[in-house]
Amino acid sequence: MSTPSPPMSLLAELTHRCPLACPYCSNPLELERRTAELDTATWKRVLDEAAALGVLQAHFSGGEPMARSDLVELVAHARSRDLYTNLITSGVMLDATRLQALAEAGLDHVQLSFQDVDEAGAERIGGLRGAQAKKLTAARLVAAEGIPLTLNFVVHRLNVERVPAMITLARELGASRVEIAHTQYYGWGLKNRGALLPTREQLEEATAAVEAARRAYGPTLVIDYVTPDYYADQPKPCMGGWGQRFVNISPSGRVLPCHAAETIPGVIFPNVRDESLSAIWNDAPLFTLFRGTEWMPEPCRSCALKETDWGGCRCQALALTGDAANTDPVCSLSPFHNRVKAAVEEQRENEFLYRRYENIPEFS
Amino acid sequence: MNNLAPDCVPSFARGHRLREDVVRGVWVIQAPEKALIADPTAAAVLQLVDGQVSVHEIIDRLAAAYDAPREVIAGDVDALLTDLVERKVLAI
Ligand code: SF4
Ligand code: SF4
Repeated sequence: MSTPSPPMSLLAELTHRCPLACPYCSNPLELERRTAELDTATWKRVLDEAAALGVLQAHFSGGEPMARSDLVELVAHARSRDLYTNLITSGVMLDATRLQALAEAGLDHVQLSFQDVDEAGAERIGGLRGAQAKKLTAARLVAAEGIPLTLNFVVHRLNVERVPAMITLARELGASRVEIAHTQYYGWGLKNRGALLPTREQLEEATAAVEAARRAYGPTLVIDYVTPDYYADQPKPCMGGWGQRFVNISPSGRVLPCHAAETIPGVIFPNVRDESLSAIWNDAPLFTLFRGTEWMPEPCRSCALKETDWGGCRCQALALTGDAANTDPVCSLSPFHNRVKAAVEEQRENEFLYRRYENIPEFS
Repeated sequence: MNNLAPDCVPSFARGHRLREDVVRGVWVIQAPEKALIADPTAAAVLQLVDGQVSVHEIIDRLAAAYDAPREVIAGDVDALLTDLVERKVLAI
């Protein structure tokens, strides 16, 4: 087999620790503990290996990456390898001193998440009182420093009506980009789907609001809009193809094709403690498993779109059909598509489970 | 008709950089949440953009290096830089 093309971006999940507890967090249900985290020297080696392999962008994420005291050192190291550095943060731990240090280390971009524009709504979702004021301060600090800023809003049934105000806030805070991303229903999001999945009317209103804002702001504010799969007939492409563009490293060093891939049963999760990143990327079974189109069952195998959406999301196929190798059930051609349709019709709930260590579900 | 004044000095906007991607053998412009491939012509121009050198001088240097008519180079440089200024990759 020929060597696969190298990844473009690395998502470095430095820690799963986070002061917030969003019920749609993309971290796995089994959160990793501080004691399991990679040390600074190992992360530096990983950044070296990533740059040599062909990675261009390093996204520092978590959990809350600012909970790591070596963040500035790692950003500086990434920059010394000519990697583009992006900090994905909740902003609640960002103050003027740390921002200054990050700027001096060469941080290229900040992506700051907000849970809502409404303070009470935001703090109910994040589960941390006082968070909203800290985030607003953080956004202003970043803008004043001149580092390009993206605001990120994850939207769901409880905040989706405020999409227009979210876009206005991004504008007011001096962001050059705003992401309006509907919740993706894996892991914690799937657990809380009953509370979070919007209605079709809500979705249509949000989409219309995004389109109106795009017309109003033109190129002065880039609006990225991620729709919820559940109302679609064709799935979203899986990360530009499984093991093709993107590599994710968990706090303990597990190397994954995506942040949700730890749910895949029966495979060994390769770890940077044991092997080089390039050996893992090129040859680890977890990466070769769904790379390309060879693995595909029908209806994907004979579908003209198979190199467009790559059969959709493996993790969603697993979560909803029990087999990661099935066509994503979001696809109207999937024999399991009715499961997605049924979820949309389900009675909504008002309670959700916070993403917290004490809420990790028990696994049998 | 050129859009940019010859004496203006372009530089990369914060969070935007040009780098050589030796693994893939291309030059890329890195920007927030994306990497744009710079074709060889664009890469030759952008390697001269350092926040010190004027548009006029960029054109002179390219004309000397590539032995091509100055007007042709001037047109190409102006079109490229104008586009990138509009997209906020460059600032002047
Ligand atoms: S399998 Fe799903 S969650 Fe995983 S990368 Fe693909 S799209 Fe993302
Ligand atoms: S059949 Fe497979 S490849 Fe075709 S649209 Fe559906 S998920 Fe995509």
